[in-house]
Amino acid sequence: MFGYIVRRILMTIPVMLVVAVVVFLLLHLSPGDPAAIIAGDNATDEDIQRIRVSLGFDRPLLTQFTLWIGALVQGDLGVSVFNKVSVWELIVQRMEPTLMLAATTMGFAVLIAVPVGVLAAWKAGSWIDHLIMGIAVLAFSAPVFLIGYGLVYQFARVWRILPVQGYTPMAQDFTGFWQHLVLPAITLGLVFAALLARMTRSTMMDVLNEDYIRTARAKGLAPSAVLIRHALKNAAVPIVTTIGLGIALLIGGVVVTESVFAIPGIGRLTIEAVTQRDYPVIQGVILIASFVYVLINLGIDLTYALLDPRIRY
Amino acid sequence: MRPFWIGLAALLCSAVTVPNAQAADKTLRVIAHADLKVLDVTANTTYITNRYGYVVYDTLFAFNSKFEPKPQMVENWSVSADQLTWTFTLRAGLKFHDGAAVTAADCIASLKRWMIRDAMGQNLAVHVAGFEAVDASTFRMLMKTPYALVLEALGKPGTPAYMMPERVANQPLSEQITSSIGSGPFIMKRDEWRPGSKVVYVKNPAYIPRTEAPDYMSGGKVVKIDRLEWVYIPDANTALSALLAGEMDYFELPPLDFIGLFKSNPDIVTLVVDPLGVEQHIRPNSLHPPFNNYKARQALLYLASQEEYNQAVVGNPDLYMKFCGAYFMCGSENETDAGSVKTPNIAKAKALLAEAGYKGEPIVVLQPTDRPPYNAATMVMVEKLREAGVKVDLQAADWSTISIRRNKKDPPDKGGWNLFITGHGGPDAANPASNFWFGSGCEKANAGWACDPELQALMAAWGNEPDAAKRRAMIPAIQMRGYESVPYVPLGQFFQPIAFRKNITGVLVAGMPVYWNVDKK
Repeated sequence: MFGYIVRRILMTIPVMLVVAVVVFLLLHLSPGDPAAIIAGDNATDEDIQRIRVSLGFDRPLLTQFTLWIGALVQGDLGVSVFNKVSVWELIVQRMEPTLMLAATTMGFAVLIAVPVGVLAAWKAGSWIDHLIMGIAVLAFSAPVFLIGYGLVYQFARVWRILPVQGYTPMAQDFTGFWQHLVLPAITLGLVFAALLARMTRSTMMDVLNEDYIRTARAKGLAPSAVLIRHALKNAAVPIVTTIGLGIALLIGGVVVTESVFAIPGIGRLTIEAVTQRDYPVIQGVILIASFVYVLINLGIDLTYALLDPRIRY
Repeated sequence: MRPFWIGLAALLCSAVTVPNAQAADKTLRVIAHADLKVLDVTANTTYITNRYGYVVYDTLFAFNSKFEPKPQMVENWSVSADQLTWTFTLRAGLKFHDGAAVTAADCIASLKRWMIRDAMGQNLAVHVAGFEAVDASTFRMLMKTPYALVLEALGKPGTPAYMMPERVANQPLSEQITSSIGSGPFIMKRDEWRPGSKVVYVKNPAYIPRTEAPDYMSGGKVVKIDRLEWVYIPDANTALSALLAGEMDYFELPPLDFIGLFKSNPDIVTLVVDPLGVEQHIRPNSLHPPFNNYKARQALLYLASQEEYNQAVVGNPDLYMKFCGAYFMCGSENETDAGSVKTPNIAKAKALLAEAGYKGEPIVVLQPTDRPPYNAATMVMVEKLREAGVKVDLQAADWSTISIRRNKKDPPDKGGWNLFITGHGGPDAANPASNFWFGSGCEKANAGWACDPELQALMAAWGNEPDAAKRRAMIPAIQMRGYESVPYVPLGQFFQPIAFRKNITGVLVAGMPVYWNVDKK
């Protein structure tokens, strides 16, 4: 197992290298120039050129790439061309809100979706099943921003029991931290919960038709024991896969949710960096995100082995 | 389950108390119109950086509501009879945020840096022979030739001459200034700055305001709040909800379609802080056919009425002028409608284009899809161009891309362009020296390279005229020539209100949002 983990981590190096080359080329070959944005609307061509030279963007592309990779292997992601803050510092500043939002969303979705999916499978064909699946379709179809605006209107503007926007770090104010996460987590989590509930229902229904489930019931086991100990555990691998895929969905959804709720996370950092052509920040964020993806996939693969003793690496 | 519900109830109740707790403090929470990205007030001309400048820095002079330069950091000044020596003495007790006294050397270094970058500073620099420090608080500006607009240049509001420590001002121009040490009424809290999200300032306890009442950008900058937070909320609907829910106090740039909603809400006040408003304009490229011919540029004047543009851009007729023919803004001392074109005439536009030799070649129009006001005006212009028989090649891009593209002098079919729409704030356009887009110095002019030596000569004569009344009398002739040469086509003046909650008082009409004199009850 240890050898497998080491091999998988080493495999990330060529992946990261390919990502680095592709991202660098895509950014530098696409139109737009951060120097013009730094200079502002009333800048002359001379002003822009002066800034371009000071940022090193006048050098040949190969030279720029070599300098960037050279710094990267030393762990230096560079500094933002706009505010001159280190890219690491910007990512670290934005990491907590995004991770907390993703974790809360995932927790909310799993806690809601798995029991509801199990219930729907158990009561398949009944009105409970139809109701749950109807709500799931609705939640899955509704755009994230629509859910977000609706929740903000009702909870923040009408009832005024939760804040509209922003983020409070947990260390600064524990209550404020949760208050700020409730609406974004529900907004983002509903879509994922719907997907997960449908997947849980369908997997559970397959498992519930297996012979060993009939045997367990014939033995006189309580329905809860049949559902949880026998059925759910055997249905867990595809559910865990869906959760893993859901993290990928979350990263996309976080961008919209962070914008709607003005959460200063990685998603907003990425959008702002892209619109402003802040090359070092875009490159840094994409590299880190790719690395996180690889780690998540590794984590999911390792979880399979924990859930199914037949799977060994 | 019971502890869970009790916990949830406690959580929600504590949430309810949040807005009340905030209302009791002296923190002004502002929804900023943009994220503060660049701290270099001399390298960056964006409005957010300029507003940051006014928060942390101070200026030698500032304009009052009559657009007269009044002393700000300066205690007194004098000019020699031959107009060749200007002497300035700083007010006593001025200090930078690091505790160091503001000296004549700081001011000289700051002025030198500003004169390299700013258009009006460059005009001033042509006349300046050098500076000399008389003592710690007095310096002289020695002129090669007299210049009538010295104080106007030192007090102008758009990218003004901010005074910064000498060591900062002496940094090479190729290096961006990252220091935020000024001598202004607020101190930036660098440890709380979250780029992309929030900028925090606190009251500068060492700041000594002038004793005069505040008047536009001049007078006493008395700070009545303890803390100023600029929060960048990119989503306008979220920003609206935050203001209405009382989470935020002040909305710097609410979308114009929100203004009607605010008017019907008794908790929200709207105010136009810039009486000169803003203006968008069509910028033709004078390097390439057909707009290298003045008749083709004149044709653009006849495409549509200003009201047609403003209906698309603004919508609410209370917020725009039906017509403003002044190149130097209606409401300024330089307002005149000499030579202006009020009524559209497509037939005349067609005839002028034909006289300019236009034969149906594609006209490249740059369309900024991420700037809604520019985009709306672009769509009106394109429709009218088509009505006039112009074959339009509409090329959509984001503003960042257009900012680069517009500086290309290549022919339109080789990566260049023919037309795009941009804009400027009223104070920036209020006179021939500060109106950046009116400048017609050919290669030295801004993108579009308007080229009219006669117009340049008229503007130079205006700048050299020491008598203010005579300068005003010269404006109609300058504008008449402008409407012949057409460096740009003004699309009409409109007004952008700010919005704030009713417990906020003392908001000044200063041409832009400023945070001195503002109080939170």
